[in-house]
Amino acid sequence: MHALIIDDSRAMRTILRRTVAALGFATTEAGDGRAALDHLEAGLRPDVCLIDWNMPVMDGYTFVTRVRANPEWRDVTLMMVTTESQHSQIVRALAAGAHEYVIKPFTADAIEDKLRLLGLVRDLPDATRAEVPA
Amino acid sequence: MSITTTSFQLVSDLVRRETAMLYEPGKEYLVEARLLPLAREAGLDVDAYIARLPLDADARRRTLDALTINETSWFRDNAPYQAFTDTILPDLLAKRAATRRLRIWSAACSSGQEAYSLAMLLDAHLPPGWTVEILATDVSTAMLDRVRAGRYSQVEMNRGLPATLLVRHFTKVGTEWEVDARLRAMVTTRHLNLAAPFVAVPVFDLVLLRNVVIYFDLDTKRDILRRVRRQTADDGYLMLGSTESTIDCGSDWDREAIGRVQVHRPAASSTASTPTSPLRPLLTGA
Repeated sequence: MHALIIDDSRAMRTILRRTVAALGFATTEAGDGRAALDHLEAGLRPDVCLIDWNMPVMDGYTFVTRVRANPEWRDVTLMMVTTESQHSQIVRALAAGAHEYVIKPFTADAIEDKLRLLGLVRDLPDATRAEVPA
Repeated sequence: MSITTTSFQLVSDLVRRETAMLYEPGKEYLVEARLLPLAREAGLDVDAYIARLPLDADARRRTLDALTINETSWFRDNAPYQAFTDTILPDLLAKRAATRRLRIWSAACSSGQEAYSLAMLLDAHLPPGWTVEILATDVSTAMLDRVRAGRYSQVEMNRGLPATLLVRHFTKVGTEWEVDARLRAMVTTRHLNLAAPFVAVPVFDLVLLRNVVIYFDLDTKRDILRRVRRQTADDGYLMLGSTESTIDCGSDWDREAIGRVQVHRPAASSTASTPTSPLRPLLTGA
């Protein structure tokens, strides 16, 4: 599995990279939507893009609409990971073609839960997880 | 820093006496982490807070709440909910066609994500003219308050809830998200200690007792499963957590695989209690 992490914050990219790497993902990073499109146009075919909304040059919402406008990229799963938390914004992102939406701040478990929902992380029985009354 | 052995023993004895849940040595860190916010609020360190428990009923109640809450998420583990939608619900709809009524029990419901996850699935899949009752019970009164309020933090919302269901069933209220009234109306709450006799609990078509019996000793687990059997319809279903089983718990239950999910069915030799009156009609499929 390969994840394209798109966020203008290097710290956030690092957090996401470590999170998905722990789940077995290879990663590529981009600092804005335009740079991410450059990767796709160069032939990168990630299984999932983790997309911030507010970025310079090209925001995440525009990136989603651009990806969805190109049939060659229809197999790429798109997941917003953003501080934008209004109901109307989530609806807007889903309508534009995002598959999932995670609102910052998030936990590593939240990213894993969503990737599992999307079929990008194999379901594991509870026995493989730390099980405490937590 | 960790709490003293004496403090840990006092707390584990309290939890075991009141709920039959086991906190065995090695879980000191967990007790400390759970009680630290309560101790700070009281201006004490954790050991001092624990020392006053024998004399402070409110502190005991809050301690029990803090130590009996299980982590939960929406559609936890996915596969059981898939089994519910694909197999269990169609089977129950066929078997209950005459009464068009389903009763589901979310036992040890914690903050209610399991009950509301089921409510979302039923909202999508229940045919018109059906009534469903979801009873959510927990030993923690604080958790039951949360289920009734139906409000969840942003962090909780991120845990496994598909974005499509978030936008369909929740509205943002300040920094929290509130589940819509239609789903809240499907869920009734009741305080219930699994380790104590069940009083006025009806018979259910499906019981979810997931990720809770692992915290009880074998005798208590056997007793709970024997009494849960009496509240499960003869043709009903019991779902446990994926690491839990009815093995070593008598002959009340047969095991059945639905895909990769193991469910538990009442054995032919066992019987349910006489059905009691309904809790109240909570949702009529429209």
